[in-house]
Amino acid sequence: MKIIFSFFTVVLLVLLAFLGLKIANLYYLFGVIIPYAALAIFIIGFVYRVMKWASSPVPFRIPTTCGQQKSFPWIKQNKIENPSSTWGVIIRMLLEVLAFRSLFRNTKTESRDGKLSYGSDKWLWMAGLAFHWSFLVILIRHFRFFAADVPSVIHLIESLDSFLQIGVPLLYMTDIVLVAAVTFLFIRRVVIPQVNYISLIADYIPLFLILGIAISGILMRYLFKVHLVGVKNFAIGLINFNPVIPEGVGVIFYIHLFLISSLFAYFPFSKLMHAGGVFLSPTRNLANNSRMKRHVNPWDYPVKVHTYEEYEDDFREKMKNVGIPVEKE
Amino acid sequence: MKLYDGGKIIFGLIIFLGLITIPFYFNAGKAVAPPKPKLDTPVIQALAVKECVKPKEIMRAEHMRILDDWRNSVVREDDRQKIVIGGKEFTKSLQNGCLKCHSNKKDFCDKCHTYMAVNPYCWDCHFTPKENKS
Repeated sequence: MKIIFSFFTVVLLVLLAFLGLKIANLYYLFGVIIPYAALAIFIIGFVYRVMKWASSPVPFRIPTTCGQQKSFPWIKQNKIENPSSTWGVIIRMLLEVLAFRSLFRNTKTESRDGKLSYGSDKWLWMAGLAFHWSFLVILIRHFRFFAADVPSVIHLIESLDSFLQIGVPLLYMTDIVLVAAVTFLFIRRVVIPQVNYISLIADYIPLFLILGIAISGILMRYLFKVHLVGVKNFAIGLINFNPVIPEGVGVIFYIHLFLISSLFAYFPFSKLMHAGGVFLSPTRNLANNSRMKRHVNPWDYPVKVHTYEEYEDDFREKMKNVGIPVEKE
Repeated sequence: MKLYDGGKIIFGLIIFLGLITIPFYFNAGKAVAPPKPKLDTPVIQALAVKECVKPKEIMRAEHMRILDDWRNSVVREDDRQKIVIGGKEFTKSLQNGCLKCHSNKKDFCDKCHTYMAVNPYCWDCHFTPKENKS
């Protein structure tokens, strides 16, 4: 049910763009207004969410650690898994962001011969890594549509990505890897009962949306060719705030663009915000230095204290009278 | 609004915004006109009927695939039979076919390829035709 709903939401988006252009000729709406609006929602929404996180205090050190804490000099500290300095945290965060280190430790629980057994499960880590890196390469590759002089780095990435020289236009490896990885991530949610049980519409929609973007892009490159020079002319018009709608660019391009706009607009409202959130996770980005530094809770209420000395001052005579020992005569 | 570690977080946000808006300022204000490949070579001008192998729209989208098919049929299947379209013969060849009419690589092929940042590997093997500098 959740899968069907998510799937048809994306199908509806495709149809909306298709009919909007074929029947209503809304080229300006789908080509100019919606992309600008989506980008504005993305930027404002992203900044808003991060600022909201930044306004919550994190008074105490709560890193999740899985290594030896800094202790006596003869005990070897695990400086990455249990960092006590800023540098340790930086390396830990770099490994987390670039290599998904915590996901590398993903385990699987199974019942074997009536006993619970735990085993390493690297598939999620591998698919996740393949997916994110391919997506990044694809995103960077698209820069050739926006730059008047395409920098040589982009050429380099592109030639590495297509170095197998399969077919024409040359097949990009990242296209295949992205689709395969997203498909795996989707099948995983369907097949594994526990994962299926906790999966929500908000988990399926990004998968279908990204799959839709990838498929429309691949179809556009290899099957339903669009007028590429027109596409670049259009992209450069957009970024110079001087939009032009070129003649004869196929509908599939606008479907691709509309799905991307949808993803951008959806981003700040969705779990995709983990892109910013990973940097702000207190269980990752804090040094475990509770034993070296005192961390004071900023919202501690100023409690009025009445010490024992003051108490004794108030009641000294009465205490003496009934024979209770006092500290000060 | 009180921020905690606000300095670091705002610094990160600025880097993020700087990265995602690269397209807007990388070539800001540099107006690039879309390329117009030139068709005024002597051979084309001498033609009575100015027709390529396929109509313009198809050639624009599929020329690379046509060349690839030709290469496969000539190099791998040893099929050098000429293609006849509308009573006219076309040699299945880049240098002896396409470039006979389109002798202006710089003003024809390269125009769009440079604009789109495409580096076709044709010229890894084929000679680049000599052109008169005009």
